[in-house]
Amino acid sequence: MDETAVFLTIVGMTLVTYGPRVAPVLLLASRSLPGPVVRWLSYVPTAVLSAMLFPALLLPDGGFALGLDNLFLWAALPAFLLAWKTRSFFGTVALGMGLVAAGRWFFG
Amino acid sequence: MNSEIMEPQAGFAAWLPGVRQALPIVMGYLPVGAAFGVLAHKTGLSAAETALMSLLVYAGSAQLIAVAMFAAGMPPVSIVVTTFVVNLRHLLMTASLAPGLKGWSRCQLGLFAYQVTDETFAVHSSRFARGETGRAVGFAINVTAHAAWVLASWLGHLAGAAIPDVRPLGLDYALPAMFIALLTMQVRNGLHVLVAGFSGLAAMVLIQAGADRFSVIVATIAGATFGAGVESWMKRQSS
Repeated sequence: MDETAVFLTIVGMTLVTYGPRVAPVLLLASRSLPGPVVRWLSYVPTAVLSAMLFPALLLPDGGFALGLDNLFLWAALPAFLLAWKTRSFFGTVALGMGLVAAGRWFFG
Repeated sequence: MNSEIMEPQAGFAAWLPGVRQALPIVMGYLPVGAAFGVLAHKTGLSAAETALMSLLVYAGSAQLIAVAMFAAGMPPVSIVVTTFVVNLRHLLMTASLAPGLKGWSRCQLGLFAYQVTDETFAVHSSRFARGETGRAVGFAINVTAHAAWVLASWLGHLAGAAIPDVRPLGLDYALPAMFIALLTMQVRNGLHVLVAGFSGLAAMVLIQAGADRFSVIVATIAGATFGAGVESWMKRQSS
């Protein structure tokens, strides 16, 4: 692969990624935001994580997959339960990966 | 001396709590970064290019997409445009962190924003919600997580020749599993559960409608609007 093209692509990716990261803090951090805006922003964490997670679990290859062979979906249930009960971040990641790896080993 | 009393966790003293709070992210980044490194190796990127991308771009899902697009022989311009659209969601994340960054200098804000990812954002937003806005701890969390991401990508690239496929190891589930943990820790009440369901459903509908690149940002705006709307509706009902 052409190394200059790869390097320029990385630089371009860096610029377009950093812009949206930095613009809001430079514009907003120094001023007091109105109450409704702060309330709206407080739902962003939950909303953005769900918008990334649910399609990964239910649409693993672009279409709805609710069958027993969708390991991503079924491994998520015990992982959610463990995360909720123990608040353990590492345990959740380890359990999820372990279940998917085991599922592929036994049923793949 | 005075500043040390005002801010007990300043300078090097902040590193221990910062690293400790970053450890969950590190545990998630090691498998995801390694998976990225393995795929970058298969695509033909050098170890230096792989580590450089993790150092400069520092955005897991966009890096995985970029590697897939490199492999498919896509032109650089379309890779950059895709990265921009996929990473627009950070706009909403740093906006929601802004109220906790009052009084920071522009230089500090610029540095801090550079290392806001899906994962560090979730950790910071939980900290800010508890009133913990210490700058030094914040930077310690960011630098630790970023270092883990670069190191994991590089190690993944080194191991790339020996690992034919990341699927038997479940490495491709590290990212969803990390989101499961992050989301569970964000959910504080029933309304958060509703917002999660609404936003997740909206994202899936958008993907089915063919708007997959914009699905995250549009579904997030819809979900936050839904949450704020229901909250003010409930307040009006009870008053």
